[in-house]
Amino acid sequence: MTAPVDEALIDAGRAAPAIRPAAETTGRGGLRRVVITGAGTINALGHDVATTLEAFREGRCGITQLDFRDVDRLSIQIGGQVHDWTPETYFNRQQILLYDKFTQFTLLAAKQAVEQSGLHFQGALGLRSGVILGTAGGGLNTWDENYRAVYEEGKNRVHPFVVPKLMNNAAASHVSMEFGLRGPAFTVATACASSNHAMGLAFQMVRSGAADVMLSGGSDAMLCFGGVKAWEGLRVMSKDACRPFSANRNGMVQGEGAGVFVFEDFEHARARGAEILAEVVGFAMSSDAQDIVMPSAQGAERAITGAMVDAGLNREDIGYINAHGTGTAANDKTECAAVAHAFGHHADRLMMSSTKSMHGHLIGGTGAVELLACIMALRDGVIAPTIGYQEADPECALDVVPNEAREARVDAVLSNAFAFGGLNAVIALRRV
Amino acid sequence: MTDDITQRIRAIIAEQAMLEPDQITDDATPAELGIDSLGLVESIFAIEEEFDISIPFNANEPEKSDFDISNMGTIIAAVHRLVAEKAE
Repeated sequence: MTAPVDEALIDAGRAAPAIRPAAETTGRGGLRRVVITGAGTINALGHDVATTLEAFREGRCGITQLDFRDVDRLSIQIGGQVHDWTPETYFNRQQILLYDKFTQFTLLAAKQAVEQSGLHFQGALGLRSGVILGTAGGGLNTWDENYRAVYEEGKNRVHPFVVPKLMNNAAASHVSMEFGLRGPAFTVATACASSNHAMGLAFQMVRSGAADVMLSGGSDAMLCFGGVKAWEGLRVMSKDACRPFSANRNGMVQGEGAGVFVFEDFEHARARGAEILAEVVGFAMSSDAQDIVMPSAQGAERAITGAMVDAGLNREDIGYINAHGTGTAANDKTECAAVAHAFGHHADRLMMSSTKSMHGHLIGGTGAVELLACIMALRDGVIAPTIGYQEADPECALDVVPNEAREARVDAVLSNAFAFGGLNAVIALRRV
Repeated sequence: MTDDITQRIRAIIAEQAMLEPDQITDDATPAELGIDSLGLVESIFAIEEEFDISIPFNANEPEKSDFDISNMGTIIAAVHRLVAEKAE
């Protein structure tokens, strides 16, 4: 059931001349291979990777009643909120004054990732390393608190650090300072695809030889009065649960947190005997160029197909897809249509789940946390479930791994992200 | 004899500089106390909040500001003047 245009796209991609860097020539098309040697996270399911993966295996839900100032004035009162967050455990007083919550989350995740990688960035390596992070809201809590101070409370003066706290690149800059990453460093903002775009660019930089190591991922902390109030306006939020692909789904649920990974040149990682979590093999992005909120199956499909082409993978190689799977009526059916069309008969044999059902939608940070489910599938042979699944939807007729994690050996996976604004970004990983 | 305003200013500066208040001597400059430009702006904010005054200070041209930051003595004197003006 694959349309000719699909094959044409694949052929076009294969025919494209590969860019050949002067240095290492170990990968496909003379490009360097890129591996993940560290991972870190904090999200509603846990304050580290181990706890998060345990929750994925158990199908545990991290979505709870929201707890912050003025929550009683919200019509949406649930979210994947990070509980028991005590920044003073990790940061001194001066740092807390300077770090918005999205930066705090990012730094914690980055420290975990770098620690796992065993890398130190003194000297030459720091000059060949960088950081690209995704965020949609940046320092939204800082905006919220200070607008409240000047508008609601009538204050005429704000703290001098408001701007350095709220700027969207604050987290990337603090990560670069924390570890001495002196190469490329910037922030990507593509709404719900921010992390995937960031990680895709980081992958391309290591693959092309522009950098040896890149920290990448993303973060958002929008769970405050203004952050949730803004989302309420769109009328796409669920009041009770996130049930992706279930016929009775009634919207998305916001989350918060961060995910950060160490992307490293394979030869560099192998030479130092690093433990490799997975290989990043492909990335593609596309724009629907169509509507500011309604997704397009064709745009999504072009990114999915493009990532496989970039990776040199066949459709049959893909065993699992971490779906964008927001739990909205529009996303889930569009995503399923895109996957069904991109994969043809193989769509009936692959598994696709949405872990947003457990940690909520971390917006700009979501792709990063979801990449953990991809790594778990490849390394541990455990597929994270789509929890909250209650009724089959004929428009989402794929194996969505309902409610319980499943053991399965998969060799290659995709992670989808499709943002408001019609911006799509898909990453392909492979087991090493 | 140290008045209440002076003590409160020294406490603010001491907290910023991570020193004891009695180390904040009148002849000490912000740089000598280890207070950088961002720390100075933060200290000025804290003083404004403490005394509910507005300090005329532009970090781009501190020498042209009507608030002398040469050393702790000039800062303390300027705050005294602003507090007195506010009371008038």
